[in-house]
Amino acid sequence: MRKIHQAPALLAAILFLGPAAGQAEELQSGADARALALTCAGCHGTDGASAGPAAPSIGGMHPDYFFDIMQWFAEEEVYSTVMGRIARGYTEEELEKMAAYFHELPFVPAEQEFDPQLAEEGERLHEKYCSKCHAEGGTVLEDEEYYVTAGQWIPYLKNAMADFRQDRRPIERKMEKKLNRMLDREGEASLDALFSFYASQQ
Amino acid sequence: MQMKMNRRDFVKAAGAASALGLIGMPGLAFGAGGKVVIVGGGTGGAAAANTLKRLDANIDVTVIEPNKEYYTCYMSNEVLGGERELESIRVGYDGLKGRGIKVVHDSATAIDPDKKTVKTAGGQEYAYDRCIVAPGIEILYDQIEGYSEAASQTMPHAWKAGEQTRILRAQLEAMDDGGTVIIAPPDNPFRCPPGPYERASQIAHYLKQHKPKSKVVILDAKSGFSKQGLFTQGWERLYGYGTDQALIEWERGPESAVVRVDPDKMAVETSFGDRYEGAVVNVIPPQRAGKIAQAAGLADDSGWCPVDMKTFESKLQPGIHVIGDACIATKMPKSGYSANSQGKVAAAAILAMLAGQEPSVPSYLNTCYSIVGEDYGISVSAVYKLAADGSQIVGVEGAGGLTPMDAPDWALAREVDYAHSWYNNMVKDTFG
Repeated sequence: MRKIHQAPALLAAILFLGPAAGQAEELQSGADARALALTCAGCHGTDGASAGPAAPSIGGMHPDYFFDIMQWFAEEEVYSTVMGRIARGYTEEELEKMAAYFHELPFVPAEQEFDPQLAEEGERLHEKYCSKCHAEGGTVLEDEEYYVTAGQWIPYLKNAMADFRQDRRPIERKMEKKLNRMLDREGEASLDALFSFYASQQ
Repeated sequence: MQMKMNRRDFVKAAGAASALGLIGMPGLAFGAGGKVVIVGGGTGGAAAANTLKRLDANIDVTVIEPNKEYYTCYMSNEVLGGERELESIRVGYDGLKGRGIKVVHDSATAIDPDKKTVKTAGGQEYAYDRCIVAPGIEILYDQIEGYSEAASQTMPHAWKAGEQTRILRAQLEAMDDGGTVIIAPPDNPFRCPPGPYERASQIAHYLKQHKPKSKVVILDAKSGFSKQGLFTQGWERLYGYGTDQALIEWERGPESAVVRVDPDKMAVETSFGDRYEGAVVNVIPPQRAGKIAQAAGLADDSGWCPVDMKTFESKLQPGIHVIGDACIATKMPKSGYSANSQGKVAAAAILAMLAGQEPSVPSYLNTCYSIVGEDYGISVSAVYKLAADGSQIVGVEGAGGLTPMDAPDWALAREVDYAHSWYNNMVKDTFG
């Protein structure tokens, strides 16, 4: 698994030399946050509440996380289908506006099926291996940058986990350690239990 | 403090100039009110209606749409491929009605830009302060000799989803193994540029499983097409493209353009003079902006509607905005996502104009997935901005673009996941 090896601020400096550099036509910038954010809904749902199952809900997301992950998509540090290509179309200022906008919106948990028994087992695993960082069951926390896992779509979580494990998404050292420990002790099936727990929080 | 509000609270709070109101739309006065009549309840019209109501609960919005149910063109190729039922792409108007939008099932027949009224076939007249026309396309039956609306029952175009999709799917199912399926795409511009090639892919996907001695022959009016490299690579990997066993053949235009058809003999003739017979013939004729756009004098000689790129207000008829496939949006393709995006830009502009304010700077987006086969998806996207002189909608350089060539299997499978997710969100955001 690949480690996170660059500080976000450094990445920002590398990335945003200005996306309009080399643009043949001069373009109008200065769209406000809502005008920018309305364009996201076709993939991420109205007000960032995804109808799923692959695209994640993005309402309530911590603004710093939003900003960083968009840069990582743009830089292709994190694999995406179209997000990286789209992220490259916005300036730092525009990303900040969108980050602040979505942060103010509520995170809407996905309405999805889950196995209650698995979810119970998943809660135990979450408390043991994940809750130090993804606190309060993985819900939205005002001062935490950690990604919201509670109520997120299972197919999205599965894809993201596959990316972490296949070097397609940088993994923090402590997450890698905890994840490996869980997989060693509890087996592959522990992931399904974990995802069921997150899905159960609706 | 953790913020937990439902949507209604959010709108109220935004109106009360909360943090959201301030960072949201500073130029926009909430509750300015006014009457907007939207002609056409497809993707553009529905997205505009929903956005108007979301941004201003006091606005009076009426959608005039003849059909009680709408079939999305997007994902209709999966119906042809047997991957989903026709019912799964059907949407109704309860979502719009639930938001307080009036939905009238009638056909608009005339628009009077001086009196600011829309007349319908049902004899009603609807007054507006601003009108949005989102009629989609009109199929130009007379551009291909021998083709007609009646002939489309035998040689379906299926370029408006619904009954036409059902006919084409039924023909594919009824076809004997060994039959040829002809697809005849038109020259640019037309609705959904990658659509004919996704369709060829989906039909080949069906043939591969059920009728492997059959094939698809594309008789193209164009010498190249959208996502061509990616489609071609997909066809090579999945459908033996370029070999003797190919399930898809592509005949390059302009000499392969279908110019004449004989529905009785299921025969077509190209501009070069070659004759082909098909067990199934899918003629996709040239198109122009939907009928009401022509009747209302919104279209120019090209058949499409010139608009102001910032507001989508017609350059020919003031007070009327044209969005979606019908308008000339320069670099934006005629796609569902474009229509949704344009509906939102037009809605925000209209609210500003009704409040006597300058419309704010727009932002536009397009994202389009094509499903080439099982676990094999590809995509194109672009972020657009308005040119400084307002003359064009331009893709931001360095952004957007295609799925990389030679993508690994897991990435192609991921694109299918996202295509389906895209569909769910598009439909819910637009009609929900």
